[in-house]
Amino acid sequence: MSLLELRDLSVTYAGDVPAVRGVSLGVAPGEVLGVAGESGCGKSTISNAVLRLLPKSARVGGSVLLDGEDVYEMSFGRLRAVRWATASIVFQGALHSLNAVQTIGRQIAEPILLHEPKTSRKAADLRVGELLEQVGLPARRAKDYPHQLSGGQRQRVMIALALACKPRLLIADEPTTALDVMVQAQVLQLLTGLVKDLGLALVLISHDLSVLGTTCDRVAVMYAGKVVEEGPASVVFDDSRHPYSGALAGAFPRVGDPRFRYAPAGLAGDPPYPGDLPPGCSFHPRCPVAFDRCVSEEVELLDLGAGRRAACLRAGEGS
Amino acid sequence: MSALAARGVQVRFGAARAVDGVDLEIGSGEIVALVGESGCGKSSLARALLGLVRPSQGTVDCDDRPLDYRRLKEFRRHVQLVLQDPSGSLNPRHTVYEAVAEGLRIHKVPGDERELVAAALSKAGLRPPERFFLRYPHELSGGQLQRVVIAGALVLEPDVLVADEPVSSLDASVRGEILALLLRLRTELGLSLLVVTHDLGLAWNIADRVAVMYLGRIVETGDTAEVLTAPRHPYTKALLSVVPEIARQEPIVLKGETPDPSRIPAGCRFRPRCPAYAAGLPADLADRCEKETLPVLPADRGHHAACVLP
Ligand SMILES: Nc1ncnc2c1ncn2[C@@H]1O[C@H](COP(=O)(O)OP(=O)(O)OP(=O)(O)O)[C@@H](O)[C@H]1O
Ligand SMILES: Nc1ncnc2c1ncn2[C@@H]1O[C@H](COP(=O)(O)OP(=O)(O)OP(=O)(O)O)[C@@H](O)[C@H]1O
Ligand code: SF4
Ligand code: SF4
Ligand SMILES: [Mg+2]
Ligand SMILES: [Mg+2]
Repeated sequence: MSLLELRDLSVTYAGDVPAVRGVSLGVAPGEVLGVAGESGCGKSTISNAVLRLLPKSARVGGSVLLDGEDVYEMSFGRLRAVRWATASIVFQGALHSLNAVQTIGRQIAEPILLHEPKTSRKAADLRVGELLEQVGLPARRAKDYPHQLSGGQRQRVMIALALACKPRLLIADEPTTALDVMVQAQVLQLLTGLVKDLGLALVLISHDLSVLGTTCDRVAVMYAGKVVEEGPASVVFDDSRHPYSGALAGAFPRVGDPRFRYAPAGLAGDPPYPGDLPPGCSFHPRCPVAFDRCVSEEVELLDLGAGRRAACLRAGEGS
Repeated sequence: MSALAARGVQVRFGAARAVDGVDLEIGSGEIVALVGESGCGKSSLARALLGLVRPSQGTVDCDDRPLDYRRLKEFRRHVQLVLQDPSGSLNPRHTVYEAVAEGLRIHKVPGDERELVAAALSKAGLRPPERFFLRYPHELSGGQLQRVVIAGALVLEPDVLVADEPVSSLDASVRGEILALLLRLRTELGLSLLVVTHDLGLAWNIADRVAVMYLGRIVETGDTAEVLTAPRHPYTKALLSVVPEIARQEPIVLKGETPDPSRIPAGCRFRPRCPAYAAGLPADLADRCEKETLPVLPADRGHHAACVLP
């Protein structure tokens, strides 16, 4: 059963900006779900919607089920308990937002003391040490201040912080962007290790399909607030059924592949602004295989069997 | 002939040897990628090549003559910098026109300013240029911003561009566009280019040659296709193994991060993290890893690796 289930989730920001438009997704314990897509397609909005962290002016439709319980029907007390202890988020760019004048140990202990008031100071410190070891940092680094850590180490601290109250779902929003390849590999190895060892459910958000392709079980590709393709990570990347996922995958060079030598591939055009979406299939102005129906017909996600879905009028044609 | 070269360059910050003896040439019309982990000294070397820091040892040569630090302003017209984060390198209150014209004014370049600015914007792919003159940074996409930064460099008609992580903050869709632009500038204007990056895919996309840097030294250098398909140095092998696109092999994830340049280990500087050494080498080779000071790799076009293994 899914630990997290989004049912037809939509989010409209103030000023009639439909950032997320009917997204249905699920992730089970021990599973890694990747969410991909260009800047502005609604990835972070989904992550904030899960824990009701959107601005008050945003309108939310559909439902978010955590362990079968609707997050939007929870009392505030229940919601507070669920944040951290059932689900927690490693926010995008958060490694820059650690408190500069507090040791990292204090910062990790804070949610523990807040959510489990019976915990003694000493027990909390012990937990902090364990958490740091779990993310590959020596326990003594608890005494360090953020400026004493490198970018990769700070990202590990953010993960330790998110794990502080033993959540069963972790949402990591661009956890490796801005880290170099070796540190990126270390952080991804750490996250997948946690999924294996703790049975965590992980939602990994990244605009880098190649990162997702090697780390996730399933991948959802988003475009303009909708999921346009979903399926097992191995096939979405290599044998896509939606022209957008194909183009996105093609924009990542494969080292060693002669087709990419002196041939950087891009994706022509810009993604649409959510307040001003083209009619029909939102991708049609950039789609290399668009035809007349694409301009006027709404396109729904089509079940293609084998756990695959795609929202394209051509998706049924076979590859 | 080389457009820009480092000869035995060392850059120190106190006890730290951020760049610790580097020979590197960028030939005229050549694209060279400088790759390596965060903190290995890439930007410090680039800054030395731009005349922004003075090497504590060695020289920077421009057109085969040592750089004259009393005539830096002239040098800066020949060698221009393109920075990582386009939104950070543009003033939000300056229009595109002002941003591009700034270099012309600083260097008191004669000629019709409007024409020069328009020409630079066109070269950077912002066409028709007049449409962009009065736009502010917040009205442009990430890719357009990076093009404005590139136009600001091109307006001075440099021979060499040094680009420090030119696409790392950009989306996949925009990244390809900017890389294609850099390739075109080489073909159409004969520009030489040094690209500093930790992205091996970028090197594969556009670079003729690649130099792999570790803890202040170049540890492997050669033709991009050769180095990236038949790497010789254990560090290059590890870097390649963690590139997500190459899922064929088991990733060699090195522990820890780039070590401290103020405490460079004796012998081979990569030994404390070297998987080949850790796996056990014959005693004579292991002994050389521990004791031998490896020479600085030559700047020629051959394939070289700073490692005792054959
Ligand atoms: N508080 C807000 N008010 C109004 N619009 C917003 C708000 N937050 C986000 N948006 C808009 O909603 C859309 C989706 O934003 P979101 O941050 O979810 O994108 P993303 O996929 O996470 O992008 P990125 O890859 O850049 O992080 C964007 O067009 C954005 O400008
Ligand atoms: N102004 C400075 N003062 C003291 N140390 C410095 C200074 N600039 C750089 N360093 C040190 O020199 C080393 C090399 O830094 P450099 O910025 O050249 O690395 P880099 O390879 O460009 O890394 P990144 O990929 O993170 O940009 C690092 O250990 C850094 O801490
Ligand atoms: S529906 Fe039409 S425009 Fe949309 S992705 Fe499919 S072919 Fe392209
Ligand atoms: S010289 Fe020895 S320690 Fe250094 S890279 Fe080669 S094998 Fe590894
Ligand atoms: Mg985001
Ligand atoms: Mg740098």
